[in-house]
Amino acid sequence: MQQIFNFIYKNSNRLLFLLLLGISLFLTIQSHSYHRSKVISSANFLSGGVYQRINNVSEYLSLRTQNDMLAQENAKLRSFLLDIKDTTALAKLDSVKGMRETDIIVSKVIHNSFNVHENFLTLNSGANHGVKSDMGVINSIGIVGIIDNVSPNYATVISILNIKSQINAKIKKSNHFGSLVWDGKSTGFVQLIDVPRLAAIRKGDTIVTGGQSVIFPENINIGTIDRIYVDNQTHYYTLSVKLFNDMTNLGHVYIIKSKDREEIINLEKGHKNE
Amino acid sequence: MNSVLIVNIFRFLLLLAVQIVIFNNMNFLGYISPFPYILFIILYPVNSNKYGLLLASFFLGLTIDVFINSGGIHTAACIILAYYRPYLFKFSFGLSYEYQTIKLNDVLTPERFSFILFSVLLHHFILFAFEAFKFSFILDVLIRTLLSTVFTIILCIIIIYLIKPNRR
Repeated sequence: MQQIFNFIYKNSNRLLFLLLLGISLFLTIQSHSYHRSKVISSANFLSGGVYQRINNVSEYLSLRTQNDMLAQENAKLRSFLLDIKDTTALAKLDSVKGMRETDIIVSKVIHNSFNVHENFLTLNSGANHGVKSDMGVINSIGIVGIIDNVSPNYATVISILNIKSQINAKIKKSNHFGSLVWDGKSTGFVQLIDVPRLAAIRKGDTIVTGGQSVIFPENINIGTIDRIYVDNQTHYYTLSVKLFNDMTNLGHVYIIKSKDREEIINLEKGHKNE
Repeated sequence: MNSVLIVNIFRFLLLLAVQIVIFNNMNFLGYISPFPYILFIILYPVNSNKYGLLLASFFLGLTIDVFINSGGIHTAACIILAYYRPYLFKFSFGLSYEYQTIKLNDVLTPERFSFILFSVLLHHFILFAFEAFKFSFILDVLIRTLLSTVFTIILCIIIIYLIKPNRR
């Protein structure tokens, strides 16, 4: 017994080091799995509050670009409005196409990271505003990411610039599907992988979100094709996609709340159980 | 003794705040960001409490991790640096470093520079290796480590000169 105490006393520094290292390695490994630790995230009260304060100040620095973006979006929406001649025709079109019932929550990015392999954003709306895990986040230009953790007043978003993120996307012209991933290199480019070789694609074609995902509605802009490769192993196309969005400069975003989501998930779950 | 404690608590909070508010938003060439907050571990008094340093660097790393959503990578890198700090001292200042009065925040000598260099290099390599967590990113990890190390060291030296106590 004496010797055990002696050992602990003599090596107490090393034991403390190993204990703390163990905790940090546990947190590191946990953070690399998709559904992450709820504690170590910037959606909590303290860090969310601090980021809110910082954002209140730094918001002023980007007011001009934010205003420009809003003005452009207004112009675009106005042009849609002018195109519509008959409101009854619109309702018909909706029911034919089976447009999804979606709600939109307006929110603001209060912290943005883009310099590591796994990037997250923090938004200033949370469970109190109706935000839930796995909702899609877009802005007026294109997609931004998917909600990860939610606290009462804040939420974290897995950015599309995260090597863990995988989003269903398609080529606007031809409807060929692929998965949108990020290789961790440039903040302006993401990759669309597993596109069939049959697809007729050309540089400059537009990539939009696909309809298979229950997170994003169909046809939200992502970017344009910049380069085309053939993957050596799978022999599918890999496309380098230049994002419309400047992910390093985000202000107001929209969180998409799909009303059909629960129903679709339950339906597919029932299918698997059988 | 008490004033040393107060100076360290003040330094801890100040470096943390500056790191979160300013340096986390600095991105040179898109992905190089400096981490001068580890100056707390570098400048911690040489013969002070070892457990205090380990625990303080644990909480330092954990706070940074909470703010940038990175799990435990800063925590791991910080406590590894804190634990191996005596070995780095031995390497840079010679075997009998404990009997010398080393003051790091003073004029830059080759010994002091090499100590800061190896500390930053160790911390950044562990940080980026844990952040990538894959062997296929090893080249990327090395490039990031080198570039960020240069950036951090320049900032560290500037900060040391700024907070250096004036002697007339």
